[in-house]
Amino acid sequence: MSMFQIFNVAGSAVSAQSQRLNVVASNLANADTVAGPDGQAYKARQVVFQTALMGAGNDIGNAGVRVSTISEDQTAGRKVHDPKHPQADAEGYVTYSNVNTVEEMVNMISASRSYQNNIEVMSTAKNLLLKTLQLGQS
Amino acid sequence: MLNRLTAALNFQTQALNLRSERQRMLASNIANADTPGYQARDMNFAQALREATGNSAKGGSVAGAMAATQVGHLSPAAGARSESQKLYATAAQTNLDSNTVDMDRERANFADNAVKYEATLRFINSTVRTTLEAMKSPNAS
Repeated sequence: MSMFQIFNVAGSAVSAQSQRLNVVASNLANADTVAGPDGQAYKARQVVFQTALMGAGNDIGNAGVRVSTISEDQTAGRKVHDPKHPQADAEGYVTYSNVNTVEEMVNMISASRSYQNNIEVMSTAKNLLLKTLQLGQS
Repeated sequence: MLNRLTAALNFQTQALNLRSERQRMLASNIANADTPGYQARDMNFAQALREATGNSAKGGSVAGAMAATQVGHLSPAAGARSESQKLYATAAQTNLDSNTVDMDRERANFADNAVKYEATLRFINSTVRTTLEAMKSPNAS
């Protein structure tokens, strides 16, 4: 019964999207941090999605999603001249994180829309399967 | 005798199978809406149904299943089927990450397919009811 695999496919997408939301949340939380865990300025993170074939063999009609890597944005952080700041360098500049808040907000909206879409796919599949179970009973 | 009663259901059964397969395919497309490089898939439903019902006359029960009609034919592995009815959907708008999922189209197709799946279920239900009605004794009521 191929309809049952919809739950695997949509479920993998939901979990991938929630991981993306998680990354967006940590990026937004660290938008104004000066030093990350390694002492350097925090670098924005992005998830990279990849198609994961979930069925037996190479059935392309059964393509879920997984997060293949989480990449760090290597662009230079925002520099602000503030010689009194404890993290200021020799020239008096403080390096903030390179998170682009607007980009992250857009990313968040996109992730939540995709999440909703996949939840709806699952509930439609569930309704259809429940009706299939009642076949011949009415 | 009994298979004459159920033969009427064969066509709808094949249609239901294909509908569920298409539903799964569209779900995969929606799941991969944000995956870079993913190519959206869809099926030519009319052609797939024609193939499936043509096969059922020869005894194949699965849509697109490969048949071994000659002695020398390799027997297909379980679950192997022809890919002829699975097509690539073209993108309505090009995308930088070469993903061809058009969310509006997929959502519309998904809703359309769900309704038609339910319609097929009702066809089967009413065929069963009609058959049961015909089997009742005329003196019973």
